[in-house]
Amino acid sequence: MANVPVDVEKVARCRALAREIATDVQAYIDTHTSVGAERTMLRAYGADGVDDRGAPLVNLAVDRLRDNGVLGLGAAHFMGRKLLLGASSVQDAAERMAFAPETDRGEGGPSDAEVRAVLEPFAKAALTRIDDARDARDALKASFAATPTPQKYVIVATGNIYDDALQAKAAAFGGADIVAVIRATAQSLLDYVPFGATTEGYGGTFATQENFKIIRRATDEASAKEKRYIQQTNYSSGLCMAEIAWMAAVERLDMLLNDAMYGILFRDINMCRNFVDQYFARRFIARAGITINTGEDNYLTTADAVDGAHTVIASQFINEAFALRAGVKEEKMGLGHAYEINPWIEDSFLMEIAQAQLIRQLFPVHPIKWMPPTKHKTGDIFQSHVHDAMFNLVGIATNQSIELLGMFSEAVHNPMLMDRYLSLKATKYMFTTAKHLGEEIEFKKDGRIAKRAIQVLDEALELLAQVQTETIWDAIGRGAFGDIKRTRTGGKGYKGVAERDARYHDPLLALLEADK
Amino acid sequence: MKVDTTEHVLRAYGDRHGDGMVQMSFVLEIPPGARAREAAKRFAEAHGLSEPLVATQELCAEGFTYFVVYGHSKHTVDVSKIEVPEISTEPLSREEIETRIKKRGKKIVVVGACTGSDAHTVGIDAILNYKGFAGDKGLESYKGFDAHNLGAQVENDELVTRAVALSAEAILVSQVITQRNCHKENAIALVDLLTKKGLRDRFVLLFGGPRIDHKLALELGFDAGFGPGTKPSDVAAFLVEKFAPPSVEVA
Repeated sequence: MANVPVDVEKVARCRALAREIATDVQAYIDTHTSVGAERTMLRAYGADGVDDRGAPLVNLAVDRLRDNGVLGLGAAHFMGRKLLLGASSVQDAAERMAFAPETDRGEGGPSDAEVRAVLEPFAKAALTRIDDARDARDALKASFAATPTPQKYVIVATGNIYDDALQAKAAAFGGADIVAVIRATAQSLLDYVPFGATTEGYGGTFATQENFKIIRRATDEASAKEKRYIQQTNYSSGLCMAEIAWMAAVERLDMLLNDAMYGILFRDINMCRNFVDQYFARRFIARAGITINTGEDNYLTTADAVDGAHTVIASQFINEAFALRAGVKEEKMGLGHAYEINPWIEDSFLMEIAQAQLIRQLFPVHPIKWMPPTKHKTGDIFQSHVHDAMFNLVGIATNQSIELLGMFSEAVHNPMLMDRYLSLKATKYMFTTAKHLGEEIEFKKDGRIAKRAIQVLDEALELLAQVQTETIWDAIGRGAFGDIKRTRTGGKGYKGVAERDARYHDPLLALLEADK
Repeated sequence: MKVDTTEHVLRAYGDRHGDGMVQMSFVLEIPPGARAREAAKRFAEAHGLSEPLVATQELCAEGFTYFVVYGHSKHTVDVSKIEVPEISTEPLSREEIETRIKKRGKKIVVVGACTGSDAHTVGIDAILNYKGFAGDKGLESYKGFDAHNLGAQVENDELVTRAVALSAEAILVSQVITQRNCHKENAIALVDLLTKKGLRDRFVLLFGGPRIDHKLALELGFDAGFGPGTKPSDVAAFLVEKFAPPSVEVA
């Protein structure tokens, strides 16, 4: 097996440092909540629907708590009170929270113990709903043969969910294992989740619960037809990352793009908000057994891929540490990286091998998510196809787990039917022709690939030590990741964060947190 | 197949002057077979290709066939009749840019944003941010520019308000997402807004993005357009020509 030299002590130090970095933030998370997190809890208990102007009920209910300055007690507390004070159902309770003429400040009336007791069966039912969806998905998946790695991941992005469903089936027919519906570009900064099936979106299609259902139906039909299990992916990111995580959990999604820091860096979402939200999101993701895809590949589109290689690895350790704290299993952590080195640099292919193999060894049981070249792609589609072939060769030789296929038209347009077909065909060719290459070759002990791997790990360790000393808050503040700087109170969504009251207790969250 | 061409009347070049050889690939909604092959041939002929050769036909999705076709295009293009507006700015060195702005006596204030729903800041970041693009540092790195990058998903209203507040002289708009021409709609809306507020003449308006060129920008009411591969120094040189022309030196 072609391995690069990896110093296990250095790896252990990386993990220990990442753990400390996450621990510092977790102390903040455990004492805070957000409008996004509390909306998620309400949805999980069963509140749904929109008012006559399209505003989701959960937004109306939770915004009211925030405006009254009682968000820190948690939405469940108020839901429990409404149930004790005559609400006939969770939905009715949420409607009372949103629309009741009197203002409830959470004082007087039922005791905290009574509130907890009345919520208990609803919390259990909410958990059962997630578990049932997970079991149904796992059973369907188990009825097919396991998908060989690297699994072939393609995107559809028409803006119209019904066209996406057609394209998803076509992609499955062409050999795709995983279909991701790219999200409309504006959605990450919306502080609510749109409702129902959508047919208009720019740069992609809105993530809504109904849209998830439509694609699930299409991929289930494709699975039956192709006699292979077809996985569905969407985006648990942006200001509604937790709500989308819950929707994905109950609609049987297989994967979610979900990153502890992506929103902060690339969407300018406030740090506090993002750290709180990623925790709530990952608690649901963990329970649902969904595989996360982290976004370290993005660092290499803003920073240089040769100089910034170690930032990817440092961030993977941090993402791993955060995910472990939310109960996500290593087998479900699709840590991300990418083939983004300038292809015209001498031996850039060797550096790509070093990076891919190093990450494979550092995270041996993790379903590594490997992203194709984008930054150095041009309109020369023929050159682009060759570039993707080299990427595929590294993918199969280093056994990456999930591979998003490169498209020769990357720099031109969203992929067309033909583009996806040719990409899948070329990938199948490479994965077949070089199937066992990785088992047959060895890298020179003191060769270029080995030296590059050692250098990158050393730099990652150094960066983690620095981040641990200065804390992640300040590290992001000075642009340690992706050359992007953010401040603790800057960015979007900070107003939606609240310190948890000493009486904060959400029985569903407690059940989720019982999973280690 | 050889057809007379002159120096300025061109045909596509395969391996001999005037052979008109082109390759096209496309998908038709028909399963592969003899009928599909004939359909592809006729489709190519309809595009002006003679003697079309269907090099491959493959099932690419249920009911869909992918074709590669070669043929001799009968079409010609007379390049002497083409007029394309081009940005005539010569490349300027960093020193030249800084010196000229210094002589002007005040910084050139520039505001840039990705407008509308577009969340892709890669273009505007490459031009404005210090780091720049392909080793060419962004406008922030020049002493002579006061560059403000407002980031993504900025509404036209907000962009104009900020540009006025910052006393900007130039506004840079980047649009990466071009689905169903939303980039054009956003751009036209900005020009309309500025015109309505009587502010259009206050700013030099620049438009950039992977699907943008100078011609399109002019058509949409902008002053210049910058396409893929544009470096920050190209934009800097253009702005210097506008705001600090060499005549300033003479005077």
